[in-house]
Amino acid sequence: MVPLQWYLVLSAALFCVGLYAVLARRNAISILMGIELMLNAVNINLLAFWRYTQPEAAVGQAFAAFVYAVAAAEVAVGLALIVSIYRNRETVDVDEINLLKW
Amino acid sequence: MGGETVFNAIWLLTILPELLLLILALIVLGVDLALPAERKRSLGVWTAAGLVIVLLVSLLAPVPEEAAFGGLVRADPLGRVFRAMFLLGGVLVALMSMDFRPLRQDGPYYGMLLFSLLGMCLMAVAENLVMLYVAMELTSISAYVLVGYLREDTFSAEAGLKYMLFGAFTSAVMLYGLSLLFGLTGGTGYMEVAAALREAPFSLAMVGFLMVLVGFGFKVAMVPMHFWTPDVYQGAPTPVTAFISVASKAAGFAVMLRAFRFIFPSLGGEWVALMVAISAVTMTLGNIFAVWQKNIKRMLAYSSVAQAGYILIGVAAASRLGIAAAAFYLIIYTVTNIAAFATVVLVSNLTGSEDIESFAGLSRRSKFLAWGLMLALFSLGGVPPFAGFIGKLILFAGAVQSGLIALVVIGVLNVIVSLYYYLNVAKVVFERRSEEEEEPVPIPVPSRWVLGFTMAAIVILGVLAAPVFNWVWRASGAWF
Repeated sequence: MVPLQWYLVLSAALFCVGLYAVLARRNAISILMGIELMLNAVNINLLAFWRYTQPEAAVGQAFAAFVYAVAAAEVAVGLALIVSIYRNRETVDVDEINLLKW
Repeated sequence: MGGETVFNAIWLLTILPELLLLILALIVLGVDLALPAERKRSLGVWTAAGLVIVLLVSLLAPVPEEAAFGGLVRADPLGRVFRAMFLLGGVLVALMSMDFRPLRQDGPYYGMLLFSLLGMCLMAVAENLVMLYVAMELTSISAYVLVGYLREDTFSAEAGLKYMLFGAFTSAVMLYGLSLLFGLTGGTGYMEVAAALREAPFSLAMVGFLMVLVGFGFKVAMVPMHFWTPDVYQGAPTPVTAFISVASKAAGFAVMLRAFRFIFPSLGGEWVALMVAISAVTMTLGNIFAVWQKNIKRMLAYSSVAQAGYILIGVAAASRLGIAAAAFYLIIYTVTNIAAFATVVLVSNLTGSEDIESFAGLSRRSKFLAWGLMLALFSLGGVPPFAGFIGKLILFAGAVQSGLIALVVIGVLNVIVSLYYYLNVAKVVFERRSEEEEEPVPIPVPSRWVLGFTMAAIVILGVLAAPVFNWVWRASGAWF
């Protein structure tokens, strides 16, 4: 069987890719996608830990299922907000969304 | 969570306020469909009246002390104190929203407010990592919608987007930390996690702790997770700003205090040192930036960052007195900040501006409003004999008891700096003349209640703090 560490390395790498997208991308939708990658990294973690450390308890799976559901809700609201700002401003570039500053 | 857990009807009593909130939200949404457009303003009364009932139930109904739903939630006394605090904030914000022109006729707005409150109440009693995450997300996602609620308003939409991106990002980091804690310990209940963390390698436990702290830090607006605060506070509809600044922050502190007390005691002195540093930086940065602000909502945003810094003193003290002081200060902060934002709603309704300059001559336009704002600013600035003074005093006392003298010195210096910009607003209100100062500010009945209640609370909590503080103190006993 593939050792647990490999999954954790994959998850950490995915998390970092997501983190990079959040910090470096200027398009609001790309940032949202980066956040999704981070959440998927979490799911890999949860399922790997569940499978390798306590396959008899369902809690890891349940946690991952909640993460899915919540992430979907978050994206729905996020995209709605992006659409509403696009209708106002005709841009989704976070550098141009800058009315609020000091 | 044992596999043999069976459902027990008494558990429903533990989450009775949450169930009632859910029913109330559905009622409000239903009434919204039934009411004709011109009478929809009464939705605020429906919401507030329902919340008062939920508040009374949450205070008076008998609650089993032990954990419910296989350890998902535990409605211990301090959790119930926090729950009452959020519900009180909800009542005041619902009434305040009735006088905020763009929102006052909107049923879904009140529905989202109630869903967000539901999430906060669960945050206060959550004792399991999964429950914690779901409750925090319920709170946050509803709050994203509330902040971006005015779709036509570019400021509100922009604030909503920024709040959502920042919130989703920090919650993803927190969630990664939670997944590490789950992996390290194999459990999700706070007690299981804490027990297993004692044997876990220190560095890994610390990584989990720091990642979780990012999520909490976003909620309470502590440095360096405070960047969203000024933009979101300025852009959001003002009642929503008030809601986020009091209830959402208090909910963040509720989970933070519980998690530090029950998950991470094994990290010992390490996190205390970190929290001392964060507390000092948070209050200092908040106060320094607040000095330069021209927009009153931005000023109150930085002021709320600074206030989070003061409350973190209680968190860092990590003693029973520190925790009780933090909870007590949050009660004071709730009524105080709502008084401040209620005056902002009324003045900006009339002048269409949120600049501090637009408050010129307010004392001649409405004595009541001017004094309401004044009391709120004095209380935030810690002027005796108002509530904020006694709250800060107890926080500092908690820190001294835990030996954090340096932090107290920084705190006192910060209070002095903050007086400068609070009194600056007072000067504009009372001394500066304006051309429209003959035109009185109309104060609708709901706002009159909100201001009357909060002003009375600021004075009474300042002069007669003992009964309320004793209540919080007794509640904190269950944790020690």
